[in-house]
Amino acid sequence: MKRREFVRHSAVAAAGLGLVGNSDLKHGVLSTSTFGAGIAQDREAMAMAALNAAQMAGADYADIRISTNRTQRMSTREAIVTGVRDSETSGFGIRVLVDGTWGFAASRDVSTDEVARVAQVAVAQARANRAAQRRPVELAPLDWTGRGEWRSPVEIEPFDIPIEDKVALLLEANQAAMSVSGIAFASSNMSFLREEKFFASTEGVITDQTIYKAAGGVNTTAVSADRSDFQSRSSTDVMPKGVGYEHILASDLVGNAPRWAEDAVQKLSATPVQPGRYDLVLRPSHLWLTIHEAIAHPTELDRIMGFEANYAGTSFISNPEDFLGSFRYGPDIMNIQGERSTPGALSTVGWDDEGVKPEEYLIVKDGILNDLQTTREQAPWLSDWYASQGKPMRSHGNSYGQSWAVTQFQRMPNVNLMPHPERDVSEEELIDGVENGILIDGSGSFSIDQQRYNAQFGGQTYYEIKNGEITGMLKDVAYQIRTPEFWNAMDLIGGESTYLMAGAFGDAKGQPAQSNSISHGCPTTRHRDITIINTGRRA
Amino acid sequence: MANFISREEAQRITERALSFSEADEARVNLSSSDTGNTRFAQNQMSTSGDATNATLSISSALGTKVASATTNIFTDDALRRVVETSEALARLVPENEEYMGELSQQTYPDSSPYFESTGELAPERRAQAITAVTEQAAARDLISTGFLIHQAASTAVATSNGLFAYGTNTRVNFTTTVRTPDGTGSGWAGTSAHDFDDLDTRALGAVAVEKAMRSRQPRAVEPGRWTVVMEPTTVGNMVNLMMNQTSARNADEGRSFFSKAGGGTKLGEQFVDSRVNIHSDPMDSRILSTPFDGQGLPNKPMSWIEDGKLQNLNYSRYWADRQGVQPTGFPSGWYMAGGNSSVDEMIRSTERGLLLTRFWYIRGVDPRTILYTGLTRDGTFLIENGEISHPVKNFRWNESPIFMLNNIEMMGEPVRISSGESSGLTNSVVVPPLKVRDFTFTSLSDAI
Repeated sequence: MKRREFVRHSAVAAAGLGLVGNSDLKHGVLSTSTFGAGIAQDREAMAMAALNAAQMAGADYADIRISTNRTQRMSTREAIVTGVRDSETSGFGIRVLVDGTWGFAASRDVSTDEVARVAQVAVAQARANRAAQRRPVELAPLDWTGRGEWRSPVEIEPFDIPIEDKVALLLEANQAAMSVSGIAFASSNMSFLREEKFFASTEGVITDQTIYKAAGGVNTTAVSADRSDFQSRSSTDVMPKGVGYEHILASDLVGNAPRWAEDAVQKLSATPVQPGRYDLVLRPSHLWLTIHEAIAHPTELDRIMGFEANYAGTSFISNPEDFLGSFRYGPDIMNIQGERSTPGALSTVGWDDEGVKPEEYLIVKDGILNDLQTTREQAPWLSDWYASQGKPMRSHGNSYGQSWAVTQFQRMPNVNLMPHPERDVSEEELIDGVENGILIDGSGSFSIDQQRYNAQFGGQTYYEIKNGEITGMLKDVAYQIRTPEFWNAMDLIGGESTYLMAGAFGDAKGQPAQSNSISHGCPTTRHRDITIINTGRRA
Repeated sequence: MANFISREEAQRITERALSFSEADEARVNLSSSDTGNTRFAQNQMSTSGDATNATLSISSALGTKVASATTNIFTDDALRRVVETSEALARLVPENEEYMGELSQQTYPDSSPYFESTGELAPERRAQAITAVTEQAAARDLISTGFLIHQAASTAVATSNGLFAYGTNTRVNFTTTVRTPDGTGSGWAGTSAHDFDDLDTRALGAVAVEKAMRSRQPRAVEPGRWTVVMEPTTVGNMVNLMMNQTSARNADEGRSFFSKAGGGTKLGEQFVDSRVNIHSDPMDSRILSTPFDGQGLPNKPMSWIEDGKLQNLNYSRYWADRQGVQPTGFPSGWYMAGGNSSVDEMIRSTERGLLLTRFWYIRGVDPRTILYTGLTRDGTFLIENGEISHPVKNFRWNESPIFMLNNIEMMGEPVRISSGESSGLTNSVVVPPLKVRDFTFTSLSDAI
């Protein structure tokens, strides 16, 4: 299957996930029209007033994001509701370029006077910052200008589902977990976001997008009878998505809770791992986070160029011209794709936060580093590479700002490890080839250095593999890797039947730190001869 | 003039919101801020931002059925909507037997962590503070990056039982990482303050420049258990992990390091070196903080660890009531006492050890021992025979603040640090540098 075809195929699968007719659900107990109504003012008129004010004050370029975010969160523990909260926040942020220096200012007060004042603040700030300018910002050209609308593919509007149904589902999940012998605690939560984001720029782009996100999860804890040990199991195989309430129904928290609870109880008596070297079989519920840390972050061009050195760090991919087209990230069967189009994935949008329609591109092609994540400011830094490849110099559409209150910058698209390019390799085949190994399910502890070489990952559950068979549960497992060796030790990749679009809320980057939601599609993989440590220590 | 909500305005808005309430009890939390930040990279300003925001949250209780709603629009219509939304939600949720009701008026410690120098900071002064670093770096052919953020803010709590609390504060945080153009050296410095005048970015820049120069061409030494001289930022990162695990409820429930095998908690037990003393106090000028928490409960002076003994755990109102004790509040800042040794003396007394500047990507590994993993970065040096002999490659560590605080050899004078990894606006944390034995490094990192 060609890559593009695969994306289309998985998109259809995702859209078909857990379809439930709206008629099955009670409606309208809490009408959305009473809350989160957003900005009453004409956003386009407000945007034009802001862009005019910025240009009058001397901006060479300006853009504005006006947004209203509606969120709903609820949390429970055992039979108690610990929190139910509905939130809305509205405001706007204006970004300007003055002689190649950025300025940005924002306010919650969406009014004609305030947009003009804030535009002037942004321009004054850019002028103050210009004092130290050494290299002016240049923006890559746009291929498209005009008007557009986009909406997440939502089957069931999450804010229409009565709160008591949501809370009842969570309490039922807790009860299902607590019914497992040995479980002492169970907590669960749900959260929903609807972001109405209006964007306009002085280059003639106007977009209006409505973006949804949904997540639900359960955490179970077992305490040993003598209170000398406790173990938890989180529902990390159920991950957030960019869709509506249908995702919660498809997650089947109640049906899955006993399984997660049994895992927690079983962890109390699991065998502590012997440190050493093992072959690893990594399920997508675990692997996505390793891809995120060891591939998606080091291929962000702003990091590579040193712009994030003070916090998120730089990258081992430096200088980019020494790596692009020649650095072997992994075996020939390894292809890493960047895209923002898979329905239901968390980075999927119609346009990015500077009005660029995102492209699909290959970051790693047949094992070799092929491209990097860019915004309009960054694409020109790779102009020589694109010229050598006969490609136009354009942004990949990877700009994002967490809210109206902070400036947009480069954030990762959906960064996916493609399934085996030739055949549908099964998990059984991956395990079958292992003499002494460990299968890891779910994401756990994670940490990686500031250039993305040395990483340590744990999971939720670990299973010993001996001579091609799973023989029992292990605990206190973590693997330590050096990024290039780890991916080059990947000798087999699962096929499309093992592929899952996984992800999470809360990826931090930038200063002030901005949170982003991330999705990474991947199959199950196998890695040879990896260092395992035992993390259990007694006080 | 910093643009945040005044006491009078806060009183008016919270009273207005409560006037729409039909709940049995209600609480309004109102926060507002005026925040500015500037980032720099490649020795020039990269992005920056100024933002004013305010948020009103109302928690409504119908009997013990409780729910909340939040908005940042304060027209009468919006306030009425947010109140109605919280009440509509509360009607639909089950009873919460842990709901403790809203507080009536409390008495608060007299603490005002607000400084004009920060509240009135102009973009030009912010830019000057940064060029004081970029110019030093450029003059030495080094590459500086960094971040300056400042905020003036107000918080208010009002309840239907007559409580009204209001406080203002200012905070600033500055950090810089200076790298060598060949990519083999990197140095860091940073701190936080309430008062911008306390911040000397030129001096911090000089430290980062010096560390970048000295850290070039690091050599590998073996991981394992090392004696380490920990600069205060690394100490604060570790001790923060322990302070965040002091929930009395988790300890009583048997799922915390502070749980005792067989039942109960470690309260009153010595569990770290007898020189360890940690307290919080919103009035202590070294660790100023807002004198009330989100429920309007006073943040009173508290001793957490005294002579190595666990003096207090963090009791919420519900858990305190159930256990028959007073709720403690939770500090938004803390102070760890130190000793008389300077970092230079710690180095001079060390035959073979490591000097650590900064930690990175600290994540939990095992909550039973508060075991975390992370890495060193931006200035890791080998100490041999009482002197820094050369820079070394960075390490991954797997370590717990509990083990660390049991292995103390020397303590220095406490200083204020930038306590969060992302160098944002954080609580006031004041800690000493430490010399510690047997710090566990598990592998090498090639990252510079």
